[in-house]
Amino acid sequence: MSDKSARILLIDDEPQMRRFLRVTLQSQGYELVEAENGHEGLTDAATRNPDVILLDLGLPDMDGLDVLAGIREWSGVPVIIISAREQERDKITALDSGADDYLTKPFSAGELLARIRVALRHRVIQQGGPAEPLFVLDNLKVDLEKRQVFISDSEVHLTPIEYKLLSYLIRNAGKVVTHRQLLKEIWGPAYASQMHYVRVYMGMLRHKLEEDPACPKFFINEPGVGYRLRCKMDNQPD
Amino acid sequence: MEERRPDPDLLLRQVQAEEERRHQGKLKIFFGAAPGVGKTYAMLAAAQQKLIEGVDVLAGLVETHGRAETAALLSDITILERRNIDYKGATLKEFDLDEALKRKPSIILVDELAHTNAPGSRHNKRWQDVLELLDAGINVYTTLNVQHIESLNDIVAQITGVTVRETLPDSVLERADEMELIDLPPDDLLQRMQEGKVYVPDLAARARKNFFRKGNLLALRELALRRTAECVDAQMQDYRRNKGVHDVWPAAERILVCVGPSPFAVRLIRAAKRMADGLHAEWIAVNVEAPSTVRPSEKDIRKLADNMRLAESLGAETVVLSGHKASNEILNYARSRNVTKIIIGKPTHPRWKDLIFGSMLDDIVRGSGDIEVYVISGDVAVPASAIQTRTAVKKTAPREWLISILGVAAGTGLAFIMDYYLTLVDVAMTYILFVVLIASWTDKRPALLASFLSVAAFDFFFIPPFYTFAVTDIKYLVTFAVMFVVAFITSSLTLRIREHADAARRRERRTAALYRLSGELVHERGIKRLGEIAVKHISEAFSRDTVILVPDENSALSILTAKPENLELDERELSVASWAFDHKQHAGRNTDTLPGAGGLYLPMVASSRTVGIIGIILKDSAFFDQEQIHAIENFAHQIAMAIERALMGEEAQKALLKAETESLRNTLLSSLSHDLRTPLAAITGASTTLLQPDALLDAGGKRELVQTIIEESEHLNRIIRNVLDMTRIESGAITVKKEWLHMEEIVGAVLNRLAEKLRGHSVTVNMPADLPLVSFDPLLIEQVLMNLLENAVKYTSASASFEIASSINKDSVLVEVSDSGPGIKPGDEERIFDKFFRSSTGAGGIGLGLTICKAIITAHGGRIWAGNRPEGGASFRFTLPLEEVPPAVDSEVTV
Repeated sequence: MSDKSARILLIDDEPQMRRFLRVTLQSQGYELVEAENGHEGLTDAATRNPDVILLDLGLPDMDGLDVLAGIREWSGVPVIIISAREQERDKITALDSGADDYLTKPFSAGELLARIRVALRHRVIQQGGPAEPLFVLDNLKVDLEKRQVFISDSEVHLTPIEYKLLSYLIRNAGKVVTHRQLLKEIWGPAYASQMHYVRVYMGMLRHKLEEDPACPKFFINEPGVGYRLRCKMDNQPD
Repeated sequence: MEERRPDPDLLLRQVQAEEERRHQGKLKIFFGAAPGVGKTYAMLAAAQQKLIEGVDVLAGLVETHGRAETAALLSDITILERRNIDYKGATLKEFDLDEALKRKPSIILVDELAHTNAPGSRHNKRWQDVLELLDAGINVYTTLNVQHIESLNDIVAQITGVTVRETLPDSVLERADEMELIDLPPDDLLQRMQEGKVYVPDLAARARKNFFRKGNLLALRELALRRTAECVDAQMQDYRRNKGVHDVWPAAERILVCVGPSPFAVRLIRAAKRMADGLHAEWIAVNVEAPSTVRPSEKDIRKLADNMRLAESLGAETVVLSGHKASNEILNYARSRNVTKIIIGKPTHPRWKDLIFGSMLDDIVRGSGDIEVYVISGDVAVPASAIQTRTAVKKTAPREWLISILGVAAGTGLAFIMDYYLTLVDVAMTYILFVVLIASWTDKRPALLASFLSVAAFDFFFIPPFYTFAVTDIKYLVTFAVMFVVAFITSSLTLRIREHADAARRRERRTAALYRLSGELVHERGIKRLGEIAVKHISEAFSRDTVILVPDENSALSILTAKPENLELDERELSVASWAFDHKQHAGRNTDTLPGAGGLYLPMVASSRTVGIIGIILKDSAFFDQEQIHAIENFAHQIAMAIERALMGEEAQKALLKAETESLRNTLLSSLSHDLRTPLAAITGASTTLLQPDALLDAGGKRELVQTIIEESEHLNRIIRNVLDMTRIESGAITVKKEWLHMEEIVGAVLNRLAEKLRGHSVTVNMPADLPLVSFDPLLIEQVLMNLLENAVKYTSASASFEIASSINKDSVLVEVSDSGPGIKPGDEERIFDKFFRSSTGAGGIGLGLTICKAIITAHGGRIWAGNRPEGGASFRFTLPLEEVPPAVDSEVTV
């Protein structure tokens, strides 16, 4: 993959964060474009053609959410939100309005790189790259063409909704998917606030596919935000 | 020689007054003896001078009366637009107070200080507008003629024969910082008058001719000169007092003036005011409510209230006494207050009344002892109607007439029986007995009728010749006369006792109400509750709708309590109340400020501030007399003190809380500085070592240093997170956002997040698969579980095992986090949840984790507690209530 030559736009006003990210990302072979504020970020997003955007929510000149909305007006480029803990609710809003993923400060370089890799892969798929028909994660195997699910090579029967849920998560593997997105996608917009539907079906999926449902290996719960299906890229060394 | 030093109290008062005045504007009065002396001209000339000096001068209201030279002076001064007031179809142009206050010039010119504003203006009188301007810090130039001064009003009327209706309270005059006499000799004035240069609007042509006689003008000029001299004298006194010149005050004098409802009392009041001014004495206006007099008419009550208000406005203390004999009450009160002079009116009634009923004046003069008594002549021109109203009696109910007639009939029946057994004298006595009985039930006139009827019945039935009114023996006529007089006097006495009792009862009721009020107020703390008690008592005592308003932080008034509870005040009423609040004065009905309002608003002034407003809503034409207003003031005072006390209590509480917060903050700071520095020291140490160029570090050593940096950073992050959470919880910024979810999910998330930390520990999760959905805030409960697990890791050995279990009780879900560590020190089970409590085992942390857990669980309506397991190790349990049935999930249809 052309991972290593990817161009990343970083929109963050804090110099020390930019310094850390510059060193980390450049050491990984990424090309980094830095923007100090929202307006500069919007300009760079339009002119520098980045592959991934890292967007800090707390910007001095404008609301990070507005920057996101500005980008989403014309571009589907993956946006990863960087947020402080106090911006918990903003984070969800950002995800629901088109951000691809998020990182909560402080985060480790490993986490960051994993998110970027996932985002880049989705970018490739988005741009018409090959979607793999077979999803494999540890002992979980899903044949997306035949709609079959195997745990340690024995088939597990899922209800249609459970399967839809699983396949949606697989399509977004590695990315966080909010409760609202799942509800809209699986049950339709009318169910967007029926949070318990997701919870109940995710519970069923866990019990059917996880070895220890209380300590899940595949379906990572991000409390208050949504779920993330772990993918192989997460296992890269920290 | 002893140095004469100024009285410190006096000085203090003066300093306070000066301090107050410094923020207030200065009042300059251009004072004249008569219209046409050139006051307005002088005022404008002075204004021109100021204008040249560069002062911001605004002509608020100047009457040029079409005189060209005056108008010329006005030409380059900014003129304030007048406000249009619609009054009965006509449009009146009045001074625009609000606009003037908004403009806030340095000096404003307001002509004719004694002018009466058009109905619908904020104040009745222009001088009230001026006072408001002064309060706002605006300097005022104004004009005034001597005949408008309240205390000189009747003298002016005597001199000129013209009664001036527009009067100015002397207190306003005393308030003046400068008084400039504009003097013009009478001849010159008359000359100007003839030239048509004098404009006198409010006098008819004939009156004008009378007014502008040379003799009058001379007398008025003398009055004006004397008043100016008094004013200068007062300033001199002040000056001397300042300089510590001794003995400016003559021996303390106190004057008492007896005030009744008659218009003549006004003269007494003014005389008293003049005397008090001359002697620099305090003065008291007293009215005696003697039940012996005829029950006063509505009109009398109103007149008395007016008189008392006039006295008050002239600076008197007003007192209402009540007693059987007015002279005794006055003398006793005068003695109790060390009064030195009593002013009383000359009697206007015929002499024979004094002979029969005794003379109050005589009694006072005889009983006065060392008190001087001044008898001031009554005005010959007391209108006859005023005298008539004094005898106006309330309308007698038909029932009372009936009682009178039936009573005499019953008496006659009994008299027949008496007559059979006893003598004629006993018959007469029987009638008298019945008249007394009737008098104790009825009013004066039915009692009089009963006296008359009984004499007639006595004659008719018992005096020969029987059954006629004719009398053969002339001696019976004497009997009749005596009988009538006795019956009449005894019945009057009975009535008098009864009315006295009524008056006493009314007063008693009010006193009792006040007493009950203060009794109840003492036991309450909350302001809302105090307000409820207050409106209850006031509305009961005065039978009116009552409302209490208090200011918020921005001093905007809002209703605290009202009775009836749904009572609302419209914009207008609220603005009246606000005015009363801002100016610490009565406003609304019964007052001179915004009298068109539906309610009377009294400020509740406590020792340190105005705490609110009492509003009493009056029905259409209702009004309060002075005594009632005093009673309301007493109520207001009591309530004000109670509310102030409550406010102070609250403030003390806040101060205490602040002090506690302060001490907590100090604990936090000292704790933080240590806890933050330790990991920082480790990070700095490790990273600087890594930077050493010649360090002999192998790969393992480097890795260990980097690991230290990571771990200590996490440690720092955790401390900061806890401190932030605590702050957010305490400031109320955290709200519980409940969602339906599985406990399992949250446990999974926490285990996932803490995976690194838990490495090496065995964690058992014990959760029934059928645990229902529970409603809680996922982020907050995740925080709780994380804090509990982190604590477990912190306080146990590296190989300790942990268990997370959950179960369902009937109305709550129980979660338990336990470990195989050393357990909690006995006695610490409660304290570990306290803020900044740290276990003596010495592991890091600032003692907030469990406090946060407790706050979160409590906010969820649950409970958290700690203990030790029987098999060893600590156990933390919390419950979350199962308030509702979890929402149903539609069974899945085939997709």
